Amino acid sequence: MSKRKLDIFTKGFFKENPTFVLLLGMCPTLATTTSAINGLSMGLATLFVLVLSNIVISAIAPVVPDKVHIPVYIVVIATFVTILQFAMQAYTPDMYKTLGLFIPLIVVNCIVLGRAEAFASKNGIVDSALDGLGIGFGFTMSLTVLGLVREILGSGSAFGWKFISGDGILVFVMAPGAFIALGYLMVLFNKIAKKN
Amino acid sequence: MAAKSNLTNMVLCLTAVCLVCSALLGGMYVLTAEPIAKANAEILKASIGAVLPEGGELSEAKPLEVGGQDSEYYVSTSGSEVQAYAIRSTTVGFGGPLTLMVGITPDGKVYNTSVLSHTETPGLGAKCTSDEHFYSQFKGFDPSQKILSVKKDGGDVDAITASTITSRAYSLAVKNAVEAFKTIKGE
Repeated sequence: MSKRKLDIFTKGFFKENPTFVLLLGMCPTLATTTSAINGLSMGLATLFVLVLSNIVISAIAPVVPDKVHIPVYIVVIATFVTILQFAMQAYTPDMYKTLGLFIPLIVVNCIVLGRAEAFASKNGIVDSALDGLGIGFGFTMSLTVLGLVREILGSGSAFGWKFISGDGILVFVMAPGAFIALGYLMVLFNKIAKKN
Repeated sequence: MAAKSNLTNMVLCLTAVCLVCSALLGGMYVLTAEPIAKANAEILKASIGAVLPEGGELSEAKPLEVGGQDSEYYVSTSGSEVQAYAIRSTTVGFGGPLTLMVGITPDGKVYNTSVLSHTETPGLGAKCTSDEHFYSQFKGFDPSQKILSVKKDGGDVDAITASTITSRAYSLAVKNAVEAFKTIKGE
């Protein structure tokens, strides 16, 4: 893998981390990270859509007229989201029960359309796939970390494994706790990123 | 680089993209329709089975109005004798609709309850599915002896800590099912 390709893949983790640096896709970030598992599954679902839509959009971008490019991209993204929704409903009903509400919202996740617009429409298929993978894994990582922090503080468990009996600090499983945890993680992340 | 934005191009492009996408979705729907129906039926069956005594023969869904909303119920019979009724009951909880399956024996007692779907807060209201002290108090609940509402409202149901709204919705759903059961019996 050449240096450039590696850069495209790794920039999603730190330099252009969608959650902590670009601040994109805040709705699913705040809403689904009540536990580490939920954050992880939401991240992987977004990763799936992101990679496939990036590949298809980079392939069709040259023949799409400028004035209709947004509707075309949205149709492509919505198609993949619906495919994912059908598949989850059919084969992982339990996961669908927890995440079902947020799967259709991937369509309007700014990360997906943002990458299509900013990267996939201007770059080749391989680069776009790498970009989707990088950003997708960056997003998954951020959501898992945020979910883990909220789960540890809020429910006293990690990945469903309970290590204190009774309740944690309940506010962290609710919306205000999501904002607080995200804010502090963002500070921490940017502090570390700046140092390197 | 992009094709020219004249009317023909735009119409052609949008039509082609939409055609391909709907074809894909149609295919996917056909592929998954059967597994989805199977998964849903299994969830429903498991929830009905959880609230009824074992060994009964389950009837088809029958329409019924529960708490002013269209719903349905299932009858479990062993031989010619009615064993119990399973009634689907929906109320509004803290985060959205809370749907329960309530099993009621012919003498009017609640046999058991189970949550079909909910959108309550994880760690708070969502405990109505995991807090054994809470949901087990509906097991064998006799509405002619005790009142189906939370203690705060003068009833006999212990609410989940910090989740009174969810507990209220849960109790109301059971209560609505009991009321609906009376109309079945009255028929």
